[in-house]
Amino acid sequence: MSARPAPEITRRRLLAWSGALAAAGALAACGNNTGRPETGSASGGAGGGAKPSLSQWYHQYGEVGTQQAVERYAADYPDADIKVTWKPGDYDNTVVATLQTDGAPDIFEYGNGPTIDMITSGQVSDVTDLFGDAKSDFNEALLKRVTYQDKIWAVPQVMDMQLLIYRPSLLEAAGMKPPKSMDELMVAAAALTTGKVKGLFLGNDGGAGLMGGPMLRSAGLDLLTDDGKVGFDDPKAAQALSLLRKMYTDKVVLLGAPNDWFAPDALTQGLAAMQFTGLWNLPAITAALGNDIGVLPWPAMPGGNPNVTLGAYGACINSKGADVEAAKAFVKSLWIENTESQTDWATSYGLHIPARTSVAEKADKLASGPAAEAVRLSKENGYVQNHILWSPKSQSSFNDAMSRIVKNGADPKAELDTVKGVVEAELKRFSS
Amino acid sequence: MSAAPAGGGVLTPTSPSLGRRLAGRANTNLWFWVFVGPFFAGLVVFIYIPIAWSIYLSFFDARNTVSPTPDQFVGLRNYADMLGDPNFVQSLWTFVVFAVFIVPVTFMLSLATAVLVSRVQVAQAFFRSVFFLPTACSYVVAALIWKMSIFSGVRFGLANTVLDVFGADPIPWLSVTSPPWYWLVIVSARLWLQVGFYMILFIAGLQRINPNLYEAAAIDGAIGWKAFRYITLPLLRPTSVAVVLLLLINAFQAFDEFFNIMSTFAGYPPYARPPLVYLFYVALGRGQDFGHGGAGAVILTLTIAIIALVLGRFFRTEER
Repeated sequence: MSARPAPEITRRRLLAWSGALAAAGALAACGNNTGRPETGSASGGAGGGAKPSLSQWYHQYGEVGTQQAVERYAADYPDADIKVTWKPGDYDNTVVATLQTDGAPDIFEYGNGPTIDMITSGQVSDVTDLFGDAKSDFNEALLKRVTYQDKIWAVPQVMDMQLLIYRPSLLEAAGMKPPKSMDELMVAAAALTTGKVKGLFLGNDGGAGLMGGPMLRSAGLDLLTDDGKVGFDDPKAAQALSLLRKMYTDKVVLLGAPNDWFAPDALTQGLAAMQFTGLWNLPAITAALGNDIGVLPWPAMPGGNPNVTLGAYGACINSKGADVEAAKAFVKSLWIENTESQTDWATSYGLHIPARTSVAEKADKLASGPAAEAVRLSKENGYVQNHILWSPKSQSSFNDAMSRIVKNGADPKAELDTVKGVVEAELKRFSS
Repeated sequence: MSAAPAGGGVLTPTSPSLGRRLAGRANTNLWFWVFVGPFFAGLVVFIYIPIAWSIYLSFFDARNTVSPTPDQFVGLRNYADMLGDPNFVQSLWTFVVFAVFIVPVTFMLSLATAVLVSRVQVAQAFFRSVFFLPTACSYVVAALIWKMSIFSGVRFGLANTVLDVFGADPIPWLSVTSPPWYWLVIVSARLWLQVGFYMILFIAGLQRINPNLYEAAAIDGAIGWKAFRYITLPLLRPTSVAVVLLLLINAFQAFDEFFNIMSTFAGYPPYARPPLVYLFYVALGRGQDFGHGGAGAVILTLTIAIIALVLGRFFRTEER
C-alpha cells in the first residue's frame, strides 16, 4: 500500500473553487443595498448607532454646487444619519422601479409630486400633518397639485417655472416689440429667423414634447379641468396645436440644438432669439448675455390666457421605508422649517422660487431685474403643470398625439379625440 | 470495492452509496455541477424565474406591484388589450419592416466583407480585427456618439460639418420625420456595430470550404462570380441559416440604440418605436403596468419564436 500523495492544486480544481466562490459572492451580493449608511457609521452625521439611518435620493441637477448643498443639509441634520444619493440618468423611471423593492430610498424627490398610481398603490406616505400652520404659507397651486382625496402626498421643495426668454436687442434690430399675443409671437419668430439663427426655440422636437400644455392654456383650455375632467375637448384646442405645426413647417423654430429646451445653450450660443425655458437658467443666460434679456409669459390666443408653467419637485416619503416617522421629521425640518436652506437651495445655484411665499418674498436674488419680473408673472399668469389625475398613460398618449400633429401634420382634432378616449379611461380607473 | 459478508468467504458486489452514485464515476457528476451549477443557478434566478413571473403577472391587473392579489386576476384581458392597442401593433409592424431591411443588408455586407478579408494576402489578421472591433463597443456608447457627435443637428456635428464644406444647410437628423433621416442614424449605427461579428461567422464558414473544390471548379472554367454562386454560397448554407436567424432575433430585440438615439425628455416619439421600447414605457417606465407589459412581452416572444421557426423550417425544406 502506497502512501497517498498530498492533494495538488490542479488548474481544474482551482477553477472549480473559483467558480464556486464567485457564485457564492454573487448570491451574497443579491442582498439589500438600500443606500442607507451602516448603523453607527460616521457618514452623514455625528455617528452613533442610536440615530436612525435614512437614505435620500435626488436626481442629478445641472447647476454647480447643488450636490454639495444637499449633502450639507443632510450632514447638518442632528437627529438622523442621512445618506444622500445623487442619481444621474433616467431618475424618474429608476425611482418607480426601485419602489417595488427593498432597495427603495426612504425619502426621494419626484417631479410634480408622486404619480397618482404611487398614491393609490400605497407607495408613498401621507404628509398632511407635517405642514401645520405653515400650510397657508405654501403656494396654493403647488399644494393642490400634490393633494389627492384631501391629503397631501409630498412637500414642494421649490417652485420651478417655465417662461419665454428673449433678447431685446435682436427684437429691436428687427423693428419688433416684445410679443404680447400669439399672432405677434409668430410674426416675431418669422422676422427674427435670419440665416442660421432661428426666431424661436421650443425644444429639439419643435415643441411637441413641451408646448402642449402652454398652447392649450393659451387657448383658454388645459389638459384637465380643475375638477378632473378632460380639458381639451374643444375646437380651440385643435386650432391652438395647429399653430405649433405652422411654426414647424415655416421653419422659424430651431431644431437639433446641442442641448434641449431645459438648457440655455440655444440662447447663449446665439442659435435662437427667443427660447421657452426654465427660470433656473436665468443666471447662466445673464452671465452670457448681460442685460440683453427679457422675460414674457407664453402669449395668449384671442380669448385665451397668457401663461407661465409652474412645477415643483416634491419631497416624498416611502411608506415602506425603514423609519417613516424619522423620514417625515427630516422632511419637515428641511423643506418646511429650515427657511435658510430653502432660500439657499432656491437661489444660490440656479434660480427658482421658494415654495413658501414668505421665504420667496425675502429672497434678495428675486427682488430685481428679470427675476423679479418672472416672480410677478408666476403670480399673475402661473399655471401648475398637470393635474394630479393626469396619469403617465395619459401623458404618453398626449405626447404621441403632439408628435404626430407637430412633426407629421396629423389632424389635431382626430388625434385629440384619441387622447380623450385614453384619458377618460384613466380617469374612470381612479374614480372606480 | 467490496465488503466481506459476515460468516462467509464469498465476496459479493454491493451497490455504491447514494453519495457515490450522485458524484458519478470519477466524480464526473460532481465536477459537472461545480462548473455548470453557478451558471445554471444564474440562468434560473435571473432568466427563467423572471420569465415565469412575467407570464404570471400577465394575467393580473398588476400596476405598481409585482405581487398582485387574487382579486386582480383578469384572465386574458391584458392580452386582448395589447393586441387591440394600435401603438403596440404598430411597433410590431415597424419592426417587421426594419427586420426586412436590416437582415438582408447586414447579411450581404458581412458576407462581402468576409469574402474580401479572406482573400487578403497581407495583414489579414489586422483587417479582421479592424472590422470586428466595433462589436466590442457598447450599443449605448455607439448610440450616444452617433446622436451627439456625428449626427448632432446643428452646425457642430460631424455630418453637418461635412455638409457645410459642400455648402449644404445643416440637417436636424433626429428632429424631422419627412424625410425620415432618423432611420439613417439608427441603421448606420447598427450596421457599424454588428457587421464585424457576422463577418467573423462567415469567415469561419469560408475556412471550412475545401480549396480543392475551387481548384477543380477553376479547371472547369468556374471562377469569380460563378465559383461564388455554385460553390461558396451552397457550402455556406449552414452558416447562412444561423446568421439569418440570429439577425432576425436581434432585430426584434432591438432596444439600446433606438432608446438612446430617439428618446427625449418627453419620452419616445411614436415613430420608429420598437416593441421593446414600447413595452419598456408601459411596464418599466412611469406606467409600471406589469400586467399589460407581461402580456406584451409574451406576445412579442411568441412572434419572434414563430417567425424563427417558420424561417428555420423554410431553410431546411430548401436544403432537402
